[in-house]
Amino acid sequence: MSKLDVEKIRQDFPILDRVIDGKRLVYLDNAATSHKPVQVIKSISNYYEQYNSNVHRGIHTMSEEATTAYEGVRETVANFIGAKETCEVIFTRNTTEAINLVAYSWGRQNVLPGDEIVLSPMEHHSNLVPWQQLAQEREAKLVFLELTEDGQINMESAKQLIGSKTRLVAVTQMSNVLGTITPVKELARLAHQHNAIILVDGAQGVPHLKTSVAELECDFYVFSLHKMLGPTGVGILWGKKELLNAMPPFMFGGDMISSVHRDKSRWNELPWKFEAGTPNIADVIASGIAIEYLQNLGMDNVRAHEVEITEYALKRLGEIKGITIYGPKDANLRGGVVAFNVEGIHPHDLGQILSDSGVAIRAGHHCCQPLMKDLKVMGTARASFYIYNTIEEVDLLMAALKEADKVMGHVACR
Amino acid sequence: MSLADDLYRETILDHYHNPRNNGSIDNASATVEGVNPLCGDELTLYLNVSPAGLIEDVKLMAHGCSINTASGSMMSEAILGQSVERAEEIIESFKNMMLTKSDEVAFEDELEELEALRGVKKYPVRIKCALLPWNTLLEGIQTAKSTKKE
Repeated sequence: MSKLDVEKIRQDFPILDRVIDGKRLVYLDNAATSHKPVQVIKSISNYYEQYNSNVHRGIHTMSEEATTAYEGVRETVANFIGAKETCEVIFTRNTTEAINLVAYSWGRQNVLPGDEIVLSPMEHHSNLVPWQQLAQEREAKLVFLELTEDGQINMESAKQLIGSKTRLVAVTQMSNVLGTITPVKELARLAHQHNAIILVDGAQGVPHLKTSVAELECDFYVFSLHKMLGPTGVGILWGKKELLNAMPPFMFGGDMISSVHRDKSRWNELPWKFEAGTPNIADVIASGIAIEYLQNLGMDNVRAHEVEITEYALKRLGEIKGITIYGPKDANLRGGVVAFNVEGIHPHDLGQILSDSGVAIRAGHHCCQPLMKDLKVMGTARASFYIYNTIEEVDLLMAALKEADKVMGHVACR
Repeated sequence: MSLADDLYRETILDHYHNPRNNGSIDNASATVEGVNPLCGDELTLYLNVSPAGLIEDVKLMAHGCSINTASGSMMSEAILGQSVERAEEIIESFKNMMLTKSDEVAFEDELEELEALRGVKKYPVRIKCALLPWNTLLEGIQTAKSTKKE
């Protein structure tokens, strides 16, 4: 039984009352972005109504309030992901910017010709393209881990692929397509054996799994707040202090300096060295509220709730004739993301007809085109769950899928 | 009208399930690939244009949704045997139908079937699916024209 009081949770999300074409919204696109509870939404207007001011420079009350609230979120984040020090938490715009920061700053300083960057084949474009560019520029090589039949990292081959030439391993904590939960700690140990470092893309992980960067033994950890009840426009880069200290700034300008002369400047200390310009103050503060909301629910309870829904969804979807479900079969080995295809119905058509039934899913390549090639598909449909989703909503998804089959001329049952 | 009526009319489903001129042409005068980066749909268009400027053959290999596939199938029927100039006119009329607010009938007589795709306009993200074969064809015609000059 779910340990979340889902009915109570739903009352905090005004958008879930939305009616689309006369049908109640069934939102199953949480891997793209989650909805925001009223507490988060109010925090944004409260900032602009009560203490809107710039951080780190004002002497007046409101600026002090804004600075305290903004810097307080750094502590909340550090605490949430088990970081040792608050100065290791850097605010970015999103996961993508955090990865680019590492690729530009650490990558251009540390990756040399002939070095290897090891990725999984299920990386989001954001954890692939920056490394591709870096590899081209530095004449380094991209190496891809292998997946088992059911979409898990093949650790036997990983032991061969991660070696003395490896400089960096960059992997997702949880695949946004297959739902696969990556054995990060094992990969981190392999990387460290060869003096390489590991960056973990936590965009799909930290919203759903209790996460500690210390336990994962990773060197960099990146994620976005908008997939975990927070607003868009806030991402986090966490990195080990020694690494961050040795890295040059990524962007230059105000706030990231300690002194500026006509001909030279000195950089600010961590974390501000990496935060040039006025940051996204209101949304960072609201992100803190989002994290507190999840902490109040308890991440173990969030996970248990999602395993329950995913298990049910895997079982019900499996009843459909002509369906292919991608990724691990066991809900305990995967997140609440279920990508699938129904034979004879293109995912775009599925997504469209489902939308007409009020059911919002994602259809397409999910920013994972190389993985789609591996799976030999153009795209997939994808349902993804979160704290406010219910078993009944999985039933509504099933009903909508049957309707889609009817509209398309009963192709799935041919 | 419900979505099923708009988007998934019999004509469209018929072309989706049995796409016309499906396949490839060896040594075509133009071979062009079209992609829809939004959904990853891919399309290869093969075109044979005679020295006199007639579209003698057209074949499509589509891996796409119903709208994309049906649109390509209907397009191939509409332009096969036409002059390049006439094909360009048809492309323009089709793009006008899809991209402007006008409800005026764009196609009559033997091209009437293309009107079935008008319903797609109500679903802005799908317009790209319907246009992909047509934009690919435009490129194909350009390629055929430039190779002819050489």
